[in-house]
Amino acid sequence: MSYHSFLLEPISCHAWNKDRTQIALCPNNHEVHIYKKDGNNWNKIHVLKEHNGQVTGIDWAPESNRIVTCGTDRNAYVWTLKGDVWKPTLVILRINRAARCVKWSPKENKFAVGSGSRLISVCYFEQDNDWWVCKHIKKPIRSTILCLDWHPNNVLLAAGSCDFKCRIFSAYIKEVEEKPAPTPWGSKMPFGEVMFESTGTAGWVHGVCFSDSGNRVAWASHDSTVAVAEGGKTAVCTSLTSETLPLLCVTFITENSLVAAGHDCYPVLFVYDSNKAALSFGGKLDIPKQSAQKGMSARERFQNLDKKATSDTKEAVLESVHKNSISQISILNGGKAQCAKFCTTGMDGGMTIWDVKTLESAMKDLKIV
Amino acid sequence: MAKNTQSSRFRGVDIDEYDENKFVEEQDEASEQQGPDAREVDDLIRQGDTMTAFHVALRNPPINSKNPAVKERAQAVVLRVLTAFKSSDIEPAVKSLDRNGVDLLMKYIYRGFEKPSDNSSAILLQWHEKAFAVGGLGSIVRVLTARKSV
Repeated sequence: MSYHSFLLEPISCHAWNKDRTQIALCPNNHEVHIYKKDGNNWNKIHVLKEHNGQVTGIDWAPESNRIVTCGTDRNAYVWTLKGDVWKPTLVILRINRAARCVKWSPKENKFAVGSGSRLISVCYFEQDNDWWVCKHIKKPIRSTILCLDWHPNNVLLAAGSCDFKCRIFSAYIKEVEEKPAPTPWGSKMPFGEVMFESTGTAGWVHGVCFSDSGNRVAWASHDSTVAVAEGGKTAVCTSLTSETLPLLCVTFITENSLVAAGHDCYPVLFVYDSNKAALSFGGKLDIPKQSAQKGMSARERFQNLDKKATSDTKEAVLESVHKNSISQISILNGGKAQCAKFCTTGMDGGMTIWDVKTLESAMKDLKIV
Repeated sequence: MAKNTQSSRFRGVDIDEYDENKFVEEQDEASEQQGPDAREVDDLIRQGDTMTAFHVALRNPPINSKNPAVKERAQAVVLRVLTAFKSSDIEPAVKSLDRNGVDLLMKYIYRGFEKPSDNSSAILLQWHEKAFAVGGLGSIVRVLTARKSV
């Protein structure tokens, strides 16, 4: 895996372009910086300045090469590349609180923005007026929407919220698409319909992700749990409580395996067994370098016992690659079905690219199903 | 400034109740949760069978109950059992619990910290150390984020 430190400030959010040569990220301020890979270096090639508040979400549409950004200034901008310059188009979201997350739909004809106004704005382009228009999904959301993910059918949208629930909504816009075929989550999908609502977990839902087929959805919650639900007549929910600090982001890397990362600064693997409807911990995905163990004299041992009530020789230095919480995880190669590489960015201003094959061979007992 | 501006007794109406954006918790049934059976636990402690008393005390936690008296009673019963243990027996007792049991034990331990009495803090800290070794930081996070607690 390779670690690159972009900045000293946290990276609020990031997005990759289609061939993974450019990354757009927000250095915890009002701007978006686009870096291009040049051998082993990253060069800043564009700075997008339009937002008046911190940029909280960036998504880069691979096919149409458009970037959508949203921020705490309650706006979203769609950026198109004209020659060598990115030109913004304002999208009126009609929200009165900060926007928190944004995602292009798989067909890139619409995008969804989650906000603190307790609603989701689903925006699509109206050809007649040459303008982005938005529709709101309000009920039954009771608090800020923290994370979003689209189902591959371009209609269903999973949303994790601060009211402790993960829900799947229908974001069907009749102006831009045909009626969708029935899915395991339901067959009638009018706009705003709740297809699934989670029960059981307490804690804000920080990250949500559909599997590649769209039949499963996973979410990470602030009470240190990860849960997976499978669509069907009765949606089956399984959750796993973990011994670590809460996880902030989660993604499927195969149909049965999830990678999640959060405040513990290293990614972890979870494996879902649908026959037993059970989620299990797969392993820690970080290879710390072995630090030399120094011997401790008796005097040091006693001093440690006096000061810290323990004679442990472990120092208070993080051994993981990231030195601060990991806030976002994105798939680079292979899609959600057979991910080969994924990338994490965090509050230490660094970005790490993880290679699944290398991890599998480096950690014995790690099996990615 | 005049002292009487600090008093809010003149406020007759609690306007937060009428805020339409107020988050209303889901109401769950509280029927079966009367807390552990105090007499059964006492008998077991007197017989010296602290392990069974421990398991009985952790049954039927009054999580959904809105009655503070039930919660107080449950807390008192659990604290009695925790105090009755010998230091060396704490670790096997914690090991005999499942994931949910460890989370529940942590909830009672932190509840116990809120109202310290004679020797309770020292005993609770011993239990906390052993429960932490099994449950990790996650179990403490779950105590903090639980909406319905003991």
